[in-house]
Amino acid sequence: MAGGRQGGRRGGDDGSREVPVVPRATFTSYYGRAVLKPPVWTDDIAYYFFLGGVAAGCSLLAAGADQTAKPALRKGTRLTALGALGLGSVFLIKDLGRPERFLAMLRVVKPTSPMSVGTWVLAAYGGPMGLAAISEVVPQRYRATRAGRVLALLARPAGLAAAGLAPAVASYTAVLLSQTAVPAWHEAQEELPFIFTASAAASAGGVGMIVAPPWQAAPARRMAMFGAVVELFASRRLGTRLGLVGEVYLTGTAARHLERASTLTAVGVLGSMLLGRRSRVAAVASGVALLAGGFFERIGILEAGRASASDPRYVVEPQRERVEREGPTRVGEPDEHGAAVT
Amino acid sequence: MGSNMAEAHPVGFQWVMEAKSRGAKVIHIDPRFTRTSALADLFVPLRAGSDVAFLGAVINYILTTGKEFREYVEAYTNAATLVEDDFLDTEDLDGLFSGYNTQTAAYDTSSWQYDGMAATASAGKNRAESAKEEGSGHSHGSGGPPLPHGHPRTDPTLQDPHCVWQLLRRHYQRYTPEMVSEVCGVPVEAFLRVCEEWTSASGRERTAAVVYAVGWTQHSLGAQFIRAASIIQLLLGNMGRPGGGIMAMRGHASIQGSTDIPTLYNLLPGYLPMPSATGPSDLAGYVDSIRGEGQKGFWRNADAYAVSLLKEYWGEAATSDNDYCFDWLPKISGDHGTFRTVMDMVDGKVFGYFLLGQNPAVGSAHGKLQRLGMANLDWLVVRDLAMIESATFWQDSPEIETGEIVPEQCRTEVFVFPAAAHTEKDGTFTQTQRLLQWRDKAVEPAGDQRSDLWFFYHLGRRLIQRLAASTDERDLPVQHLAWDYEVVGDEPQADSVLRAINGVDLTSGHALDGYLDLKADGTTACGCWIYSGVYAGEVNQARRRVPRDQQDEVAALQWGWAWPMNRRILYNRASADPEGRPWSERKRYVWWDADAGEWTGHDVPDVEKTKPPGYVPPADAVGPEALRGDDPFVMQADGKGWLYAPGGLVDGPMPTHYEPHESPFSNPLYGQQGNPSRKVYGRADNPSNPSPPEANADVYPFVLTASRLAEHHTAGGMSRQLPYLSELQPEMFLEVSPELARERGLDHLGWATIITSRSAIEAKVLITDRMHPLRVQGRVVHQVWMPYHFGSQGLVTGEGANDLFGVALDPNVLIPESKVATCDVRAGRRPRGAALLELVGAYKQRAGVTVDTGTHLDTTGGRLGKAHLDDAHDPEAVHEGIGTGDDR
Amino acid sequence: MSLDHRLYGPLHDVAGEAGHEDHPPRMGFFTDTSICIGCKACEVACKEWNDVPDDGYELLGMSLDNTGMLGASSWRHVAFIEQDRPAGTGEQGRSEFRWLMASDVCKHCTHAGCLDVCPTGALFRTEFGTVVVQQDVCNGCGYCVSACPYGVIERREDDGRAWKCTMCYDRLKGDLEPACAKACPTDSIQYGPLDELRDRAAARVETLHEAGVAEARLYGHDPHDGVGGSGAFFLLLDEPEVYGLPPDPIVPTRDLARMWRFAGVAALAFFGAAVSVFVEGREG
Ligand SMILES: Nc1nc2c(c(=O)[nH]1)N[C@H]1C(S)=C(S)[C@@H](COP(=O)(O)OP(=O)(O)OC[C@H]3O[C@@H](n4cnc5c(=O)[nH]c(N)nc54)[C@H](O)[C@@H]3O)O[C@H]1N2
Ligand SMILES: Nc1nc2c(c(=O)[nH]1)N[C@H]1C(S)=C(S)[C@@H](COP(=O)(O)OP(=O)(O)OC[C@H]3O[C@@H](n4cnc5c(=O)[nH]c(N)nc54)[C@H](O)[C@@H]3O)O[C@H]1N2
Ligand code: SF4
Ligand code: SF4
Ligand code: SF4
Ligand code: SF4
Ligand code: SF4
Ligand SMILES: [Mo]
Repeated sequence: MAGGRQGGRRGGDDGSREVPVVPRATFTSYYGRAVLKPPVWTDDIAYYFFLGGVAAGCSLLAAGADQTAKPALRKGTRLTALGALGLGSVFLIKDLGRPERFLAMLRVVKPTSPMSVGTWVLAAYGGPMGLAAISEVVPQRYRATRAGRVLALLARPAGLAAAGLAPAVASYTAVLLSQTAVPAWHEAQEELPFIFTASAAASAGGVGMIVAPPWQAAPARRMAMFGAVVELFASRRLGTRLGLVGEVYLTGTAARHLERASTLTAVGVLGSMLLGRRSRVAAVASGVALLAGGFFERIGILEAGRASASDPRYVVEPQRERVEREGPTRVGEPDEHGAAVT
Repeated sequence: MGSNMAEAHPVGFQWVMEAKSRGAKVIHIDPRFTRTSALADLFVPLRAGSDVAFLGAVINYILTTGKEFREYVEAYTNAATLVEDDFLDTEDLDGLFSGYNTQTAAYDTSSWQYDGMAATASAGKNRAESAKEEGSGHSHGSGGPPLPHGHPRTDPTLQDPHCVWQLLRRHYQRYTPEMVSEVCGVPVEAFLRVCEEWTSASGRERTAAVVYAVGWTQHSLGAQFIRAASIIQLLLGNMGRPGGGIMAMRGHASIQGSTDIPTLYNLLPGYLPMPSATGPSDLAGYVDSIRGEGQKGFWRNADAYAVSLLKEYWGEAATSDNDYCFDWLPKISGDHGTFRTVMDMVDGKVFGYFLLGQNPAVGSAHGKLQRLGMANLDWLVVRDLAMIESATFWQDSPEIETGEIVPEQCRTEVFVFPAAAHTEKDGTFTQTQRLLQWRDKAVEPAGDQRSDLWFFYHLGRRLIQRLAASTDERDLPVQHLAWDYEVVGDEPQADSVLRAINGVDLTSGHALDGYLDLKADGTTACGCWIYSGVYAGEVNQARRRVPRDQQDEVAALQWGWAWPMNRRILYNRASADPEGRPWSERKRYVWWDADAGEWTGHDVPDVEKTKPPGYVPPADAVGPEALRGDDPFVMQADGKGWLYAPGGLVDGPMPTHYEPHESPFSNPLYGQQGNPSRKVYGRADNPSNPSPPEANADVYPFVLTASRLAEHHTAGGMSRQLPYLSELQPEMFLEVSPELARERGLDHLGWATIITSRSAIEAKVLITDRMHPLRVQGRVVHQVWMPYHFGSQGLVTGEGANDLFGVALDPNVLIPESKVATCDVRAGRRPRGAALLELVGAYKQRAGVTVDTGTHLDTTGGRLGKAHLDDAHDPEAVHEGIGTGDDR
Repeated sequence: MSLDHRLYGPLHDVAGEAGHEDHPPRMGFFTDTSICIGCKACEVACKEWNDVPDDGYELLGMSLDNTGMLGASSWRHVAFIEQDRPAGTGEQGRSEFRWLMASDVCKHCTHAGCLDVCPTGALFRTEFGTVVVQQDVCNGCGYCVSACPYGVIERREDDGRAWKCTMCYDRLKGDLEPACAKACPTDSIQYGPLDELRDRAAARVETLHEAGVAEARLYGHDPHDGVGGSGAFFLLLDEPEVYGLPPDPIVPTRDLARMWRFAGVAALAFFGAAVSVFVEGREG
C-alpha cells in the first residue's frame, strides 16, 4: 500500500484505506511527486517583472511627454523608470543563487535564451533610459557646463532610444517564462506577452496619473485604459483557453492574486476614467490601484507557474491526452515511419 | 530459497541475471517479496521456518512421479545402501527417530548406521550426544563424517525396505502438496509449478542450482533445510555438475574463510575437530576418532593434516617424540559457543572479552542479553572501524532507560582500538565458492588504525616475551609458538602468513604444491591443509587476476584460487557418467580421456588424474585408493552422495519438518512439535514465547522475521556511519501487509510497537503488498518483517530488531533461530523506562511464560501418549538437564 | 533528414553542431530497467565519485525509495513502484504483484531545455554530446531548473548553483565509463556510443516481446521525439509517468520563434498604443 501504484496519487499517509472510492483516476504519477522541479524563483522575480514593466511603460510615456511637451509627466516618468529599473535590478540580482556572479550573464550572447536576450536588451535600454532620467535631475549649477549641455542635448534621443527598447523590456519576460517546461507558463505563450505589456502600460499609466497633474496626464489615462482592458481580457483567457492547465489560474493562491489584480486594475481604470481628470487625489488613488493590479498580476502568474510545476497532473495529463489524441510527438520524419518502437 | 540474493549479494546476482537472459528460470521462495522476487520468473511466498515441509514434498513429488535422474541416483548416491534393521523412522515414532534420549534431548545415532557396518560402530555410539554439546555437528565441513570400517550391504534394485531409497519414500510419503499448503501456506498450484520447473530443468541435458543463505541457516533445524535441498539435488543429478549445486551465499566478505580457518571454539583449521577433554588424549587416538578405521577417501589422511598443523604451530618444538605437542592444544569441555559464553558473562563467570569485527549489541540474537553480559565483565577490548554499540552500550543502551544498566555502576572497562579496514591492508577474502582472492592494500591506514594481523602478531610477541622466563608448565605452548612471520617495519606480512597456511616442506624449505604433499612424519608444516596449494610454486595463487575473456571462462581457473586444489566445482567427477563420458555434450565439464589415459576438462578433476573410471579398489584398500573410479563424492567416507545421512548430523538422518521454536501452529505432521534436539536455554533472562502444545501461543500471534536491506550492512557499524548509505535507509521500520495494518490500526509511516517475551521495540510502519498474509491450517497468519541494522550509534539510529529474538539454537552448528519468532504488534510508540518492562511483563503474564516455556522438547508423549524409548521420560528432567544449559 | 533541426527534431551531430570538431562519437546511457535490482549502487557510486553531498535522512515511505527524485544532490535516482495484484486473487497467490525498479538520470537531451536557456554559458555541450554545468561559471539564475522538461537539474540551495549529472565528464575524458554504470552489477545501466546503444536496445525490446513481456518499451531513444532523442534513454515496463517521467516531453525551445512572434506583436502593440495615446483630441 505504499502508494505509487496505478490509480494515482497517494492519499496522505493512510495506507490502511484500501478500497478505492473513486474509479481509477485518469493519470498516474510516482507517489504524487512532481515530475518537474518547481521554479526556484522567489517573489523577488515577480517584483522585478513588475518593476521592469513599470520602467518600460514609463519610458514610453516619458518619450511621448517629451515630444508633446508635458514636462511634469516626462520628468516623473523618466525618474520612475530609473527608480523602477534600479530597484528591479536589485531584486533580479538578489534572486540569483550566486549574486556576485551576476556579470557572468554578459559572458555570452545567446539567442536561444530569453534571459540572455533580456539581459542584453536591459543593458541596451538601461543606458539611454538612465541618461534621460539623469538629465532631469542635473542641478541648476551644472546645467551650463559642457557636460550639462551635452546631457541636455542627449536627453531626447536617449529617451527615444529607451522608448524604442521599452516594448522589448516589457515583453521579453513573457518569453522568458514561456520558454520553460512549466505548464502554466509554456501553455500561456500567446497570452503572457500581451498581459506583460498591457500590464506595463496600465502600471505606467498609473505612474503618470500619480506624478503628473491631471491636465498633463491624459495620455497616461489613455495608456492605463488600453493596458487594463487588454490585461483583463488576456488574463481571463488564461483560465479558459489552456484547458486543464488553466485550472491553476482559477484556483488556489494564484487565483486569489489574479482576482485581486483584476479588481484593482478595474477599479483603477474606472477611477481614472470617471474621476481622474477632475481630482488629483482620485487620480493618485487610481494610479496606485493600477500599480497594485500590475503587481499582483505578476505575483499571480508566478504562483500559477509554481502550482502547475508542483503537481504532476498538469504535466502528465495534457501530455498523455496529446499522445492519446495524436500519438507521441514525432518530428522530421515521414508519416509512414510513424510507428515507434514501443 | 532463504536468500535475498539481489539485496545481500547484488554483485553475485549479476550472474543470475545473466543466466536469466540466457533462458534460465528464476524461482524465489521466501516469506516476503523482495528485490530478488521482483526479478524472479516466479515468486512463491511461504511461512518462515516451514521449508522442510516444502522441500520434503518436492522429494516426495520426485519419488512418486519418477522424475529422478535414475542413472545418476543409482551410480552416485547411497540410494541402494541398506540401513540397520533397528532404525526407526519418524513415521514410527510420531516425529522422532530411533535413539532419542529424552533426558539429554539428543540422539544416539548407532541405529542410523548402514547395515553391515554397525558391528564395529562402537566408536560412533553416543557421538551425537556429545556432539550436540560441543557443537561439532558441522566439524565435517570438508571431509564428511567418518564411517566405521566395513562394506555396507546394498540392494541395487532399490526394493529392500531397509534401503535408503525405500526409507526416503516412506519418510516423505505424507509430504503432499496439500500438506505444503497446510504447513507453508503455499497454494497447491504454486507448489506444483515449482516442482515442474525444478524437475524439468534437471536431468541429463539441464541442471538447476539452489541458492540459499541465512534465511535457511538461522533456524532451529537450519542444517536440515540444507540437507533437504541436497537430497533433491542428488535425486535430480544436480550435484558436481556445471549449473547445478547448492550455493551458500556467505556473509561477510571472508566469512567462508573464517570457518575454513575458524574463529569457532570447536574447530581447528581445515575442519579438524577441536580435541575434546573427554576424548582421546594422544594424537593417534585423536586422529582415529575423526576418521573411521580403514576409511575411504581423502579424509583418511587426517594424520598428515593434523601433524602438519602442529608443526606449523610449534615448529621445532613439535616432534614425534612428544606427539607433536598434541597435548598443548586446548581441549573443549562442553558448550563454549558465543551464546553460552554470553550467559556465562551474565552469570559472572567470564572476566575479559575480545571483540573484533563484531557488534553483538546490535547484531546478535537477544541484544539485551548481549549487552547485559558485556556490562558484567572486568574488561572488554573492542577493535573496530567505528564507535559501535558494543563499545558504548554502558552509556546509551536501552537498558539505561529501564535502569538495568547504570553507567556509573557498570563495572566493565572498555578499551577501543581503531582497526584498519580491508582497504588499508593486504590479505585474502575467501568467498562463497571457496575462492580465495587476494587484495592489495589501497591506502595507508589513517591515524592509529592498525590491522588485526598487526594486533595479534604483537600481542603474541609480547606474551611470548612476558612468559619467556616462566617455568609454569601451562605457559609452554605460548613459549614455544613458532611466531616467525616476516615483518616489514612493524607490520607483519600477510603474504608470509598465507605461505605458512599453504604449508612448507621442512626438508627443502619450499612451499608445498598441495595437500597431497602433506606428511604425517613431521617433515611438513601446514597451517590449513585445505588451503594447501594457494602458494604453490612460491606464487601467491590467490592474487591471480586473469580476466575471464583471456582464459577458458567455464571455470576460469586462473582467477584467484579455490580450495581444495583450485577446484571450482566440488565432486565434479559426477559431471561425467560412470564410464567417464560427459552426461551430455551441453553439460560437459570433466571427463575421462581414454586415449591419454587421464581425466581432463574445464576444471581440476576431483578424482586422481589417472584413476580410470572402471577402477575397483582391492578389498583392503584405505584412503583415496579405496575409492572406486566411479565414486564421485571423494570426500565422503563411502564416495557416495548421501540421500540419507548415517552420521554427521545430530538431529536426524533425514530432514523432518518441525515447527520453529516459537510458532503459532502445531505440527500437523507429527506429535513432535519442534526439533527435538534443538538447543534451548531456559533462563529467566532468556524466555520463550509459548508454542503449541503449550497454551497461549495466541498472545504472540504473528510470525516475525528480520533480515537485511541492500542499503545497510549487518549491525550497521559499516553503513550507519556513512552518509551515502544512511540516507538511503534512514530509519528503522516494520513492514506489514495492508490486511494486518487494517487489523491493528497501523498507519503508513506511523509508529508501531513490536512485542515478544524478551522486549518491545518501536519502528515506523511501512504498509506494503510485499508482505503476504498466508492461509495456514485453515486460518490467516500474518508475517511481519524488519531490518536488523539499527542501533544507537551512527548517523542514523533506530531500535534493534535483535532485542526481540531469544536464544534457541540449531544443535548441529549452534546458530540461533533469528529468522523466525512470534510477536505481537500494536499501533503507537512503545512505553519508556520502567513502563517498558511492565508492558513486556504483562504480555508474559498473559501468556503464562515461565523459565520452562519452550524447554519441553519432546512433545510426542503429551499428545499421542506413545510409548517412549526411554521410560525415564520426565519433563522436569529435561528442564534440569538441558534447560539450565549447564555444562556437563 | 532534410530539415536542419537546430532547435528541435533529430540532430545528427550534436557535438559538431555545438562547435566541436573532430570529436568522439556521442556517448550515452541505455538503462534497461527490466534488469534493475534496485541495489542503488549507482546512486552511491555517483556520489562517491562526484563528491555529491548527502540529500537528507528522511524516511519517505515510498516503497524502498528514500531518495524521492533527481535533484541537485541526487544525480541518480532509483524509483521503486509496487503494483497491485489484480483484484480477486485473495490472500494467497499474490504472485501477479509487480515491483518495478528503475534508475533515472539526466537525459542529456539532444535539444536540452536547460542548455538552451542558460544565460551564462555555464551549461555546455561536451565533445561527447553530453550536457554539463561549469560550476565556476554558473551564477544560479535558476532558469535551467524550469526549462528542463524532465525536472532533472536543480539549484543546491546552500550553494546557489545548479547541479546535475555530468555523465562523469572527467571519467569520459580519461576513457573510463561513468561511475554509476561501472558500479551497476546487472548492467542495467549500459554506457557506450549512443548509436550502438540504440541498436542494442531495439534488440532487447524484441527479445522481451518474444518472451511475452509485451509491456516492454523504449523511452527517449527516438531522435524524432520532443527533445530530439535523449543521450540517456530507458527500457520501461510501464507508462513513463508510472516512473515519474513525463509521457511526451517537448523541449520548450521548440516554440522559440512562435513565442518571440507573439512577444513581437505584443511589443508592437504596446508601442503603437503608446504613440496613439499622445495623439491629442481624443481624451475622454
Ligand atoms: N546489503 C547487504 N548485503 C549483505 C549483508 C548485509 O547486511 N547487507 N550481510 C552479509 C551477511 S553477513 C550475510 S550472512 C548474507 C545473508 O544473506 P541473505 O541470507 O540473503 O540475507 P537475509 O536478508 O538475512 O535473508 C534472506 C532471506 O531469507 C528470508 N527468510 C527468512 N526466513 C525464511 C525461511 O524460513 N525460509 C525461507 N525460504 N526464507 C526465509 C528473508 O525473508 C530474506 O529475504 O548477506 C551478506 N550481504
Ligand atoms: N535477527 C537477525 N540477526 C542476525 C542476522 C539476521 O539475519 N537476523 N544475521 C546474522 C548474521 S548472518 C551475521 S554475520 C551477524 C553479523 O553481526 P556482526 O558481525 O555483529 O555485525 P557487523 O556489523 O557486521 O560487525 C562487524 C564489525 O566489524 C567491523 N570491521 C570491519 N572490518 C574490520 C576489520 O578489518 N577489523 C576489525 N577489527 N573490525 C572490522 C565493522 O566496523 C563492524 O562494526 O548478524 C547476525 N544477526
Ligand atoms: S559489498 Fe562487496 S562483497 Fe558484498 S556484494 Fe558488494 S561487492 Fe560483493
Ligand atoms: S534532462 Fe533536463 S537537465 Fe538533462 S539535459 Fe535534458 S533538459 Fe538538461
Ligand atoms: S543556474 Fe547556472 S546553469 Fe542554470 S541556467 Fe543559470 S547559469 Fe546556467
Ligand atoms: S554519469 Fe556520473 S554524474 Fe551522471 S549519474 Fe552516473 S555517476 Fe553520476
Ligand atoms: S546499480 Fe544498476 S541494478 Fe543497482 S539500482 Fe542502479 S541501475 Fe539498478
Ligand atoms: Mo552473516
